[in-house]
Amino acid sequence: MAAEAPPKTAPSNRIGLGVKDYGGLKSTLCVGCGHDVITRQITQALYEMGVAPYKVGKMSGIGCSSKTTAYFADRGHGFNAVHGRMPAVATGAALANPQLLYLGVSGDGDTASIGAGQFVHLLRRNVPMVYIVENNGVYGLTKGQFSATADLGSQLKTGVVNDLPAIDLCAMAIELGCGYVARSFSGDMKQLVALIKGAIAHRGTALLDVISPCVTFNNHESSTKSYKWAKDHEEAIQEIGFVPYFEEIHVDYDAGTTQDVKLHDGSHIRLKKLRADYDPTQKKMAFELLREATEKNEFLTGLIYVEPEKKDFLSLLGLADEPIATLPMERVRPPREALAAMMEELR
Amino acid sequence: MSTAVLEDKTAAPSGPRSVVNDFSIHVATANGSGSMSSNNILMRSIFQMGIPVSGKNLFPSNIQGLPTWFTIRASREGFIARRRDVGVLICMNPETAHEDVRTVHPGAAVVYEESLNLKTLRDDVTFYPVPFQKLVLELVHDGKLRRLAINMIYVGVAAWLLDIDMEEVRRAVVKQFKGKEKAVEINNRAIQGGYDWAAANLTKSDPFRLERMNATAGKIIIDGNAASAIGAVMAGVGVVAWYPITPSSSLAESIIEYAKKHRRDPVTGNPTCAIVQAEDELAAVGMVLGAGWAGARSMTTTSGPGISLMSEFVGLGYYAEVPGVIVDVQRVGPSTGLPTRTMQGDILSTYFLSHGDTKHILLLPGSVQECYELTIDAFDLAERFQTPVFVMTDLDLGMNNWMADPFPYPEKPIDRGKVIRTEEELKAHISKFKEFARYRDVDGDGIPYRTLPGQIDNMAAAFFTRGSGHTERATYSERPEDYQANMERLARKFETARRHVPRPVLDGSGARVGVLAYGSSDFAVQEARYLLARKGLRTDSLRLRALPLTPETFAFIAAHDRIYVLDQNRDGQMHDILRLEVPDAHVARLRSIRHYDGFPLDAETVVEGIEAGEKN
Repeated sequence: MAAEAPPKTAPSNRIGLGVKDYGGLKSTLCVGCGHDVITRQITQALYEMGVAPYKVGKMSGIGCSSKTTAYFADRGHGFNAVHGRMPAVATGAALANPQLLYLGVSGDGDTASIGAGQFVHLLRRNVPMVYIVENNGVYGLTKGQFSATADLGSQLKTGVVNDLPAIDLCAMAIELGCGYVARSFSGDMKQLVALIKGAIAHRGTALLDVISPCVTFNNHESSTKSYKWAKDHEEAIQEIGFVPYFEEIHVDYDAGTTQDVKLHDGSHIRLKKLRADYDPTQKKMAFELLREATEKNEFLTGLIYVEPEKKDFLSLLGLADEPIATLPMERVRPPREALAAMMEELR
Repeated sequence: MSTAVLEDKTAAPSGPRSVVNDFSIHVATANGSGSMSSNNILMRSIFQMGIPVSGKNLFPSNIQGLPTWFTIRASREGFIARRRDVGVLICMNPETAHEDVRTVHPGAAVVYEESLNLKTLRDDVTFYPVPFQKLVLELVHDGKLRRLAINMIYVGVAAWLLDIDMEEVRRAVVKQFKGKEKAVEINNRAIQGGYDWAAANLTKSDPFRLERMNATAGKIIIDGNAASAIGAVMAGVGVVAWYPITPSSSLAESIIEYAKKHRRDPVTGNPTCAIVQAEDELAAVGMVLGAGWAGARSMTTTSGPGISLMSEFVGLGYYAEVPGVIVDVQRVGPSTGLPTRTMQGDILSTYFLSHGDTKHILLLPGSVQECYELTIDAFDLAERFQTPVFVMTDLDLGMNNWMADPFPYPEKPIDRGKVIRTEEELKAHISKFKEFARYRDVDGDGIPYRTLPGQIDNMAAAFFTRGSGHTERATYSERPEDYQANMERLARKFETARRHVPRPVLDGSGARVGVLAYGSSDFAVQEARYLLARKGLRTDSLRLRALPLTPETFAFIAAHDRIYVLDQNRDGQMHDILRLEVPDAHVARLRSIRHYDGFPLDAETVVEGIEAGEKN
C-alpha cells in the first residue's frame, strides 16, 4: 500500500468490515457466467447486513453452482457435500450449532433432480437457512444435458427438444410450507440483493430460485434460460426495498401501492406493487400467480410468498440457541445416579 | 437328543431321569397376538429364580398373523446362545402346530391347545393337551381381552409343569405391566387359572424342571439396542438422525426415551441431544456428517440396506475426515433378504464401504455390555480419528434379551480429538507449526487438526471441507503428488487406529487349535469349546472386537496350527479379511465355519464344524 497520502477510508458496515472482507477465491467458472453475478450479490448482501463472515456456514452440493461457495466469505467454513445432499448436511450442522448463518448454494440439477428428495424435506422441516438455486436449466459440469427445470419445448444447442414439463421450485416450496419463496434473475442485481437480504433476515428456510444463464451450454436462441430470453421476458411483480432492523424505518407509505412485511429479525421488506393487488402473504394468490405464469410462459420475479412468523425446525424440536456442539462433558454425560437408575429399571 | 449336556443328563444313573435348569422352551404363536408379554413374564420368572436365561424372538417380517417363535433357554452353566433342540414346546399357533411338533427332538414336552389334536403325530414326546379356548372363556369376561389373555394361560401351565415359583411369576407380571393395576389383575387371574387347571388335570411325565439357583443376583436383562442407546446417551451424543429399519429402529427409539429423562442440560434444562427421523438413510448419514463437521457428537443407526445407501456419504466422511458414529444392526441380506433374521452380513462391505480406496474402523460388540461400551468408544474413536466409525451389532444381539451385569459408569473422560477451539489455541498451534493446515500431519500419526465452523474469528481458522481432491491446506487440487500424499496420510492414520481400537479377548493358551470369532457368535463358541473340551479337544479362542486387526490377532494365528474362523454369513467374510491381511505363510491355517440360515448361531454348529475340520 502506498505510504504518502493518508489512505481513503474504505466504506465499512456496521461491524466495521469492508466489502472485501466478504470476498473469497477467484471464480473458476466460465467468463460471463450468471453464477458469478449471484456470488457478487451474496457478498454484497452479507456485507450490507453486517453478518460476521466467520459465522457463515457455506453449504453446497455438486455442480457449477456448488463451487461458488468458495468464492465468497472465506473467513467462514464451507462444506461441499455429495451431489444433491446438501440439505441433510446443513440440517445436521444447524442442529449442532444454530448460531451460524447457513447459506446454501445449489443448482437445478442438484436441487430438482438428484436432490429433490432432500430438498423437499428441508422445506418441510423449515430448517433455518438461505437456499439459493442458481437455475440455468442445464447440467454444466457434464457438458450440457437438460435438467428438470428446463422449460417444456426448450432446445439444447444440439437441437434436442425438452418434452418433459419443468419442475417449478417455487411452487413446490410453497406447497411444502416454505415461509420465504422468491424468484429472481442474475441480471436483476438490485432486486436480487434485496431478496437475499430478506432471506438472511428470515428465520426458517428461505428459497431463492434465481435464473442464471449458462453462457456455454444454454445461452442460444431456442433456450428459455438464455440471458437474452430472461432479460426480454423478466417481469418483476414488485419493486423491492429492504430496511434492515438496525436502520431507521420511515413509517409512512402508501398502503395502496406498497406493502410492508416485517421479518423475524425486525427488518422490513417494502414491496412496491407492480401487479395490482398481488399480496405475497396469501398462499392461494401465490399458487395462482405461478400457475398462470407457467400457462402463459411468463417469467415473473419478486417475492412470491412470505410467512415470517412460521416456526422453524429448531424451535419445533425445542432446542436452545446455545450450540449442542460445544457443550462440555459435564453437561452432556449423565451423572452416576442416572446410569444407576437406568440399570435399576432393568433388574 | 443331540447336545452333550443333554446326553450327560439322560445317563444319570439314579431315579427317574430329570433335566434341571438346562433346556429350552419354545413358544409358537401367531405374531400380533400379544404373546410377547407372556414370553417376557415367563423368561423373567426364570431369571428371578436365579437361573441364567436368555430369550430370543424368531419373528416374521409382518405385523399380524404370521408364525412367530420365542425361545427361552435356561442354562445352569450360564450358556445363553440359542439351542437347537427344544425341551418344551408350547403350541399356540394352529398354522404351524403340525410342523412344530414334527421338528422337536424325541423326549420333548409338548403343551398344545386341546382342539388341535396333535397327540397322534408322534409317540416319542410327552403331550399335554390344554383347553385354552375353553379356559379363557371362564377366566376372562371381557371379550376384547381374551385374545391376549389366552397367552397368559400357557404361562400358568408352564409354571406348573416346570416348577416355576408362582410368587416370581406374580412379580414378573407387576414388572411387565408396571402401574397398570387392571392389567396386572386380569393377567394374574389368567395365569393362576392355567396353573390351577394344570395342577388338577395333568400328570407330570417329562423330565424338564427348574430349580432355584443363585446365578442371576444383581444382573439385568436388556437387549443390545437398548444397551447401545444407553451407550450413546452416556457418550454425550448430541445429534441423532435415523430412518426406521428393522432391526435397528428400537435403538433410536430407546435413545429418544432415555434422552427425554437423562439428557436435559443441568444448567438450563434444555435438551442436549437433538433427534431427527430423517427421510431416508442418505439424509440420516448426511445429517450425521453435517453435525460432526459442526462439532457435535453425532450418530445414526441402521441395517444393511441403509449401509448400502450411505456408501457415498461415508466415502466423503472418510476422505474429508468428518467424525460420525454408525451403528449397523445387521440382518439377513442381500437386498431385502430376511429382514427379521440375523446375520453378520455387512462385515466385508462395510470395512471397505464406498468407492475409491476406503477403509473404516469397525467395532464388533460381542455382548450387550459391549454394545454399551463399544458405542461409547465409537464416539471417542470417531472424534480422535475424524472419520465415520461403525458399530457392527446384529439382530440377535440387538433385539433379543440378554442377561448381563449392570453397566459400569464410563470412567474415561470423553475424547474430543484434535480440535483447535479458541483464538489462543489457534495462535499456539501456529507458533508451534507455523500455520494451521487442515490436512497436514504435524504429529506424525496421520491425524491432522481441525477447527469448527463459527468458533474462531480468524481467517487462519477457516477451511473448506470437500470430497474432491485437496491439498494439506484444504484447497482444491488435482495434482498427483497432493492426491497421493493425502491418501498415504490417510493410510498412516488407519495404522495409528490399529493401536487404539479395542483389543481382542483371548482365552486359553497352548492348544494347537484356535477358534476365532466375533460379535454374537461368542456365546455359541464358548459353549462349543466347553463341549469339545469334554470330548477331549482343547481349543484356545480369540474374539475380535474391532477392525483393523491388532497385533494380538496376528500372534494368535501364528501360535496355532489350525484356526477356525466363525462367520454368520455364506462367504466367510471375516475369514476373507483375515486372508487378505495375515502373512501368506499363515493363510493355510485359517479354516472357515459358516452359519447362515438366519437363526442365531448355536454351539452344535460350531462343534460339528470343528469336528469335521479336525477329521480332515
